[in-house]
Amino acid sequence: MYQKDGESFFIVDAHVALWDARPENQRNIHGKQFIDCFYDYHANLSPESEKWSYEEYLYQGGERFMRDVFADDIVDHAIFQPAALGEFYVNGFGQTEEAWALTQANPDKLTYNHNFDPRNGEAGLDQLRADAERFNLKGVKLYTAEWHGDSRGWKLDDPWAYRYFELCRELGITNIHVHKGPTIRPLDRDAFDVADVDHAATDFTDLNFVVEHVGLPRLEDFCWIATQEPNVHGGLAVAMPFIHTRPRYFAQIIGELIYWIGEDRIQFSSDYALWTPKWLVEAFVDFQIPEDMTEYAPITMDQKRKILGLNAAKMYDIPVPAELQLPDAPETETGPRQPERADLAAV
Amino acid sequence: MSTAIALLALTEHDVMRALDAVIDPELDEPITDLGFVRSVRFTDVGVEVHLRLPTSFCAPNFAYLMASDAKDALTALPEIGTVIVELDDHHDSGIINAGLASDAGYRGTFRHEAESDLEELRAVFQRKAHTAAMERALTALLRSRSDLLEADVAGVTLGDLPDDGAKEALLRRRETLGLDIRADSLVLVDDLGVPYPAASAALALRRARSTRISIDGNAHFCRGLLATRYPGSEDDQAPRAEETFFPLTDLIRTTRRSVA
Repeated sequence: MYQKDGESFFIVDAHVALWDARPENQRNIHGKQFIDCFYDYHANLSPESEKWSYEEYLYQGGERFMRDVFADDIVDHAIFQPAALGEFYVNGFGQTEEAWALTQANPDKLTYNHNFDPRNGEAGLDQLRADAERFNLKGVKLYTAEWHGDSRGWKLDDPWAYRYFELCRELGITNIHVHKGPTIRPLDRDAFDVADVDHAATDFTDLNFVVEHVGLPRLEDFCWIATQEPNVHGGLAVAMPFIHTRPRYFAQIIGELIYWIGEDRIQFSSDYALWTPKWLVEAFVDFQIPEDMTEYAPITMDQKRKILGLNAAKMYDIPVPAELQLPDAPETETGPRQPERADLAAV
Repeated sequence: MSTAIALLALTEHDVMRALDAVIDPELDEPITDLGFVRSVRFTDVGVEVHLRLPTSFCAPNFAYLMASDAKDALTALPEIGTVIVELDDHHDSGIINAGLASDAGYRGTFRHEAESDLEELRAVFQRKAHTAAMERALTALLRSRSDLLEADVAGVTLGDLPDDGAKEALLRRRETLGLDIRADSLVLVDDLGVPYPAASAALALRRARSTRISIDGNAHFCRGLLATRYPGSEDDQAPRAEETFFPLTDLIRTTRRSVA
């Protein structure tokens, strides 16, 4: 629970990881390139006081993870969203066993989501059944840019992906977190295209699709899809730290999101260990849309409460103290879109 | 004229001006303004140019487009000799550089990962660039004309726009899409040049704004990441016009009046 000036906030960090990118775990040059890319994100967008050395960035371990994520008891609950990256790392990037052990030791504080790759075919379906039972899965983290043999990416509307979503439905895995990395296949098209989210969300209306990075670098496409599909949500991973380096840009992202998809479908996340949640929560509670940017309404404390925790808590049935619960807002003026207004979809 | 003499005549400046024509399709800016040109070196037989990008994992299709466009732009220079273009530090550097060296083309370079060509990809981003340019021009007009309401933008023509950089940028992007650039043409149109009815103009502008914000945001992010990855590269970057980065105060007054 975070408290500031008499206001209380229930905090859910909806995207954290326990990774191992140390050289001994790197399978090849791409393992190094991947963590270097993450480190540049971290170094570029962090305040000086929050910047880590490259060495400490490679691996944190469970003890430090708990210290960082739950620093000052600000974060109430965090959700693991592990990336497998088996082609880049010997023992994978996300550390399944260590994260699961932490989750078992701290069931009130942690939820473990796992991942699947539809290119694993039938064997992968069996594995998903076993994983769902072992981890009591409510959600999965899917990284569509994952490499797999000769394939360097997949789409949510691939026929095999649908087989997996059908199984998710059967197993009660309702929360599908989608990380749209640069999907390389086929190269002819936009690697960050989020249109496949649209198709999958339309065909699986009983599953929630949480698009991480709120679709960035395709914010506009994400907003448009989310206005039309009420089961599409936005995760603020990677968008959050702009609050420090580019607060005006951050204001525009939040302003656009609230305008297009509303305050009930946006989830806070630090993307730990890319960044730590403490400074992001503190900055967000203090944040306000700049006064001269009057085309966006000022953000309210209740909107911040929803984004910082209530929205994710609701999706994951995480208990929230009664006095901190809030009702849903009415539908935004932009959606869901009616068929007669579909002509605008070509804008 | 021998090659050696011709080479003496070409300068790094000439090379950079030729590379000004190479656009990052996603950010709608020349690679020279973005600091993506890492080095220009004259060799005994021609020129060798190295490119760099903000991350190892920038999408390889865009990376290839820029690198192959760079090679084409330089090869078009008279008496340039042998042109070598290499992309540094990218996860696909090996594939892309081998393809460029052998002029393998897109399909020859990426083999089974390529289906036909990158023209549709290029077109998608030309359409986005037009949408963003349209929003910039209309927003600037709304700011400067207090009599104009957001809903009125459906009727604004190219002739109504002041002759400034925003209009010039819009005209260029309309030409790229093959849209009308006559003064009596409506500004607020879709990718095919079809105008919007007044009732949906404000929403169309709003949608265009989210496209513009997305592109501007990416441009700032990519610049920052490049500077982090290659310290000192910020000196090679031309500042992106902050003017388009708000404030929209005047516009808002207008909008609120229209609501009231």
